[in-house]
Amino acid sequence: MKRLATIRLGLAMAALLAPAGCKKKEGGATLNGSGATFQKAAQEIAIDAFARADAGKGITVNYAGGGSGKGRKEFADGVVDFACTDAPYKAEEAATVKGGEFFYIPNVLGAITVSYRLDGVDKLQLSAATIAKIFQRAIKKWDDPAIAADNPGVTLPGVDIVVARRSDGSGTTENFTRFLKLAAPDAWTLGSGSTVAWPGDTQAGNGNNGVAQVVKSTNGAIGYVDLSDAAENKLRYAAVKNQSGKFVAPDAASVTAAGDGIAVDDKLLFSALDAKGDAAYPITAQSWCMLYAKQADPAKGKAVKAYFKYLLTDGQALLPQINFAPIPKALQEKALAQLEKVQVP
Amino acid sequence: MQLSELRGSPQHADRAFRWLATGAAGVVLVVLALIAITMTDRARPVLERMGLGFFTETTWSVPTGTFGALGFIYGTLYTAVIAIALAVPVSFGVALFVTQAAPRWLRRPLVYTIDLLAVVPSVVFGLWGLLVMGPALGLHGSYATAGIILAIMITPIITSLSREVIETTPTTDKEAALALGATRWEMISAAVWPHSRAGLVGAVMLGLGRAMGETIAATLVIGNTVHVTANPLAPGYSMPTVIANEFGEAEPLHKSALIALAVTLFLITIAVNLVASWIVQRQARRSAGR
Repeated sequence: MKRLATIRLGLAMAALLAPAGCKKKEGGATLNGSGATFQKAAQEIAIDAFARADAGKGITVNYAGGGSGKGRKEFADGVVDFACTDAPYKAEEAATVKGGEFFYIPNVLGAITVSYRLDGVDKLQLSAATIAKIFQRAIKKWDDPAIAADNPGVTLPGVDIVVARRSDGSGTTENFTRFLKLAAPDAWTLGSGSTVAWPGDTQAGNGNNGVAQVVKSTNGAIGYVDLSDAAENKLRYAAVKNQSGKFVAPDAASVTAAGDGIAVDDKLLFSALDAKGDAAYPITAQSWCMLYAKQADPAKGKAVKAYFKYLLTDGQALLPQINFAPIPKALQEKALAQLEKVQVP
Repeated sequence: MQLSELRGSPQHADRAFRWLATGAAGVVLVVLALIAITMTDRARPVLERMGLGFFTETTWSVPTGTFGALGFIYGTLYTAVIAIALAVPVSFGVALFVTQAAPRWLRRPLVYTIDLLAVVPSVVFGLWGLLVMGPALGLHGSYATAGIILAIMITPIITSLSREVIETTPTTDKEAALALGATRWEMISAAVWPHSRAGLVGAVMLGLGRAMGETIAATLVIGNTVHVTANPLAPGYSMPTVIANEFGEAEPLHKSALIALAVTLFLITIAVNLVASWIVQRQARRSAGR
């Protein structure tokens, strides 16, 4: 008797579940991603537009942010469908990814600005060596000869410099310090990493917004903030001297120009920092998303391909309005070719 | 009737209860031991690299792989000391007021209000400190700012516990003191204080434990910069805050260093509790001897 009842119950449940299963085949899937906060705004604008596009019908995409390190960890543990990061896995970490082989898909370039507030000075130019000295507190006043040399004809006030930097570990700090190490190897001694041993008399802020807040509220302050947040907080930012000796201000065009001068390897890994080219903004950072090469779930696999195809094509055009830049054409083609290789069962 | 008759042979329920109770106690110990073992194991890479220098150096530089925890240990202890120094007089004062001096109608609402303070999430205190109190007092993130916020956070706990301890003073003791012609203050110092001293120490130690482990509120107001200095207005850093700030993006050795900090915090907290229970016991023995 009891067994019979169980079988009946099972049949009833199967009947209930069947229609739901059919719906899933029509493209109903939810994708969960996490990782880099640097490109969170870029993900959000693409997710919003994708939901309204034909390709995105029935697909829900969530991007939780949380930081590059968190993204890499969660992707390795297989708890997300995709993850994004400002820095690739270290060799020993890549081996821990549970889903097996995976691809890096570059999807966005962005500038890290050297933002400042110095009442009476609207335009500022800085070379990498000067930036290195400022952030190491070797230069403590705005009218220092090194700053004056970068800004001929500008009257600089004798105000104290207040350096603002991140309190939390961050991909932005990693890229900013890596740039200083590359472009000013003699002047920069703190090395590069998600956090470095900042001098004691610097102000710490949490996240890009925390640093922006310090810069905004303090006359004489200077800090590194990603372009998107700097623009949102209406900060002034310096033009930075690039490899060709030109001072270039960060904007969508100068960031894309930095992308044109990069060398990409066969995993699509590259660095856009200190890129060649007259028009290139030198503190340009890149970000990747990571996808499993062999998707386990047919509906999710299809959805992943649809979303990333959108992200790499129509989604790229959305980037300038939030102060990010599309990846260069040649790289876009390579990324799309990589996406084609993703296998869906 | 003989005692042995009363005892009889242990009943099944008794035996089951004993095993259950022993098991529960055992689980706690095993979990604690497992935490200590796994954490220490993960902390090993950095301890092997830094040796004792991990505890005596103040340089914390991720790119060069130099991890000295002294700045964080100092910051943790310093902010906790500031917090205790500010919170204890207020807490004891409030507890004494509520139990000894307040009019009866005021007691209940007062107790409610204080207990309510204890359930406010710490991030609320932190944000208030960052956005309201700091600017109002002209304070940047510093040891002092963190100390004040921590003091506000631990006051309700210390107050609640002290109030309960003080309330256990036998009425006969208090009335005896008053009958001998003691004033209210003399009654408190002669009857209430000796009776509750041990419990009050326990209350302070619990507050100290919370102050040392507080993370989110402290991160917002401490300044997040290593400084070993007695100047309370200097920005500082503490063990829980650096773990919260840096864990997300940490690489393997860096992660190991942060876990080593957690182990250190764990050990210091245990030490504080051991000292506290030693004081409480000594006190209890002394008052029993009297």
